[in-house]
Amino acid sequence: MRELKILAVVVALTLITYWGVEPYAHSQMHPHVEPADFTFSDLKEAVAPVKELKGDVTNGETLVTSNCTACHSIESKGFPQIMDNVSSAAAYGVTPPDLGTSGKLYNADYLASFVQDPATTSKVAHKYVDGKVHPMPSYNWLQPQEIADVVAYLKDIAPKEMTNKEVFADACQRCHSIKYADMKNGTMAAFTPDADIKKYMGKLPPDLSQMIRSRGHEYLETFINDPQKHLAGTAMPRVGLTEESQAQVIAYLEEVGDSKKVQREELGPKFLIYLVIFAIFGFLWKASKWRDVH
Amino acid sequence: MAKFEKANSVGEWLDQRLNLTTFNKVMMTEYWIPKDINFLWAMGVLLATTFGILIISGIFLMMYYKPDINLAFDSVNYTIMQEVAFGWLFRHIHGVAASVIFLIIYIHMFTGIYYGSYKQGREMIWISGMLLFMTFSAAGFSGYMLPWGQMSYWAAMVITNLFGGVPVIGPELVVWIRGDFNVADATLTRFFMLHVFLLPITIMGIIGLHFYTLRIPHVNNQTSDEFDFDTEAEKYLAGNKKESKVIPFWPVFISKDLAVLGVFLIFYFYLVFFHYNFAMDPVNFDPANNMVTPAHIYPEWYFLWSYEVLRGFFFDIAGFKAFDIGLIAFAFANAIFLVLPWLDRDPKILPAHKRPMFFVWFWILMVDLIVLTVYGKLPPTGTNAWVGFFAAVAFILLFLILPIVTKIDAKKRGSL
Repeated sequence: MRELKILAVVVALTLITYWGVEPYAHSQMHPHVEPADFTFSDLKEAVAPVKELKGDVTNGETLVTSNCTACHSIESKGFPQIMDNVSSAAAYGVTPPDLGTSGKLYNADYLASFVQDPATTSKVAHKYVDGKVHPMPSYNWLQPQEIADVVAYLKDIAPKEMTNKEVFADACQRCHSIKYADMKNGTMAAFTPDADIKKYMGKLPPDLSQMIRSRGHEYLETFINDPQKHLAGTAMPRVGLTEESQAQVIAYLEEVGDSKKVQREELGPKFLIYLVIFAIFGFLWKASKWRDVH
Repeated sequence: MAKFEKANSVGEWLDQRLNLTTFNKVMMTEYWIPKDINFLWAMGVLLATTFGILIISGIFLMMYYKPDINLAFDSVNYTIMQEVAFGWLFRHIHGVAASVIFLIIYIHMFTGIYYGSYKQGREMIWISGMLLFMTFSAAGFSGYMLPWGQMSYWAAMVITNLFGGVPVIGPELVVWIRGDFNVADATLTRFFMLHVFLLPITIMGIIGLHFYTLRIPHVNNQTSDEFDFDTEAEKYLAGNKKESKVIPFWPVFISKDLAVLGVFLIFYFYLVFFHYNFAMDPVNFDPANNMVTPAHIYPEWYFLWSYEVLRGFFFDIAGFKAFDIGLIAFAFANAIFLVLPWLDRDPKILPAHKRPMFFVWFWILMVDLIVLTVYGKLPPTGTNAWVGFFAAVAFILLFLILPIVTKIDAKKRGSL
């Protein structure tokens, strides 16, 4: 009985200390932020006129091929990259994305707003002051119907299914490397060369190999959805991923950065069962030895 | 040379040459431990086991680790964590054991303080134990640097910087410790050497000393009952086991330790597999970058109390710089436990609940250490800074008044 009381005191002191240095301290160091907003409600007003309309895919195709393919590739529709990554990065600051998957990766409202005003929609207007402009011009002269058509077309040509890796490549890899995904051949380096992306972003965007361990699910979920929430003033744009695409990005970060998770979670219970048996034998042995001395 | 008869078995052959029978008696079956003990007396065996776990997992990690600032991070986080079969398991085992061993060290240490097991002949046990605490601290600190993550780098920066406060030789001392003007490759390689060679060897030596110091004064018991071990041992050997106040180390004492160890290992391996972030800080999974200071720099949880004593003095007092006062307080905090046996002026060995004033003192100390630990991690701003300041002052005062507190107890009891 006395031993249990002592144990209770030891456990209580340990838990109080643990609570103080872990959950409590971290809540003080990393203030709570609002949950991720996959409806991009701040854009509601800007896209209201577009949302009322039904987009026309055929007209959207005409608009996209005449306005967008000068810079953007759409490999799946026979519009290859006009320049290689190095040259296009030198020309635009950052390699422009292929538009073949945009309709799947990005929220439709976000896309509609982005076409009209890329800097504000991606929450990086603070970077484009003193005469600097976003590499993609604002197509705010397009009529709401035309924007609806563009979005309808992008959605129409987008694949229905993509692997986690494909989502990552299209959504993140223009700026970010994830070298642990291919340590040997280095194919998972950022598409934009380091020197260019450093100039474009102000600093080299971090390699994402270990983000799942260094940031964790909860942080990534709110951060990717809106980087400004955690890092006010950061140069990283809000990219407008849908909930599904973002989950795929995070799943990919986990596949690469915590590749042994499944093994860990399978092995853990086995260890614990073994040790419970060990402890039972320990207590039985103890009882047999102490019977004589008490 | 002694005369050797022909041996009839391997055991006998060895016994003739090594006297194993006697050795076994002295070390195991007739090494006497008091019977009146609780599970807190198992912490020594828990520590020895955890240290063994650290050594074994450390050997496996060392086979793949590369002590080079350009390779270290990837050798840990890619090669060991993802490529090597069960490398992740060894790293988790090592990282979590390094943290949990300090929890057990603290329990072991405060058990000693509570039951008065540091004085009246047991001073060397206490001192060798505190030397182990210091060498383990150095091992923990040097090991934390090896993955070369953000916290590795910045903790190394902050802690090595402290030596700059040493009078006269400070700046040169910092350069000497770092092996460079900055925390750099030379710093990493020398801390690697310390972590995998010099410190483990030293710890093993001091563990031997620590065990040996128990031999003459013997292990204390729950009621601090003083008895003659030889008489009690005779009773035991005569078959009077129930009446005897002692038990042999093997198998009676160790059987209880193993039962406690079983429970401990369940707790420990639960942490290894499912709850390891407290020991493997997420911030350290960002590679070291000398251009980006993390928003919050803090040491591992087991250093927080002394770190807060250092940080608690955040303003200049009477012309003394805050940094210097903090540093002196920090040195005080790290050295004061060593002289505890002489601060306690009570000549009698008794558990704290038999010493009214000391009992209060003990629990205030525990609360103060927990407050220091928690506030050592919180950002030192506003009220936090003041809580830290008062807790740090309280810590120092507690040790300054200890001789008086213990004397009052002794006087009331009539021992003085």
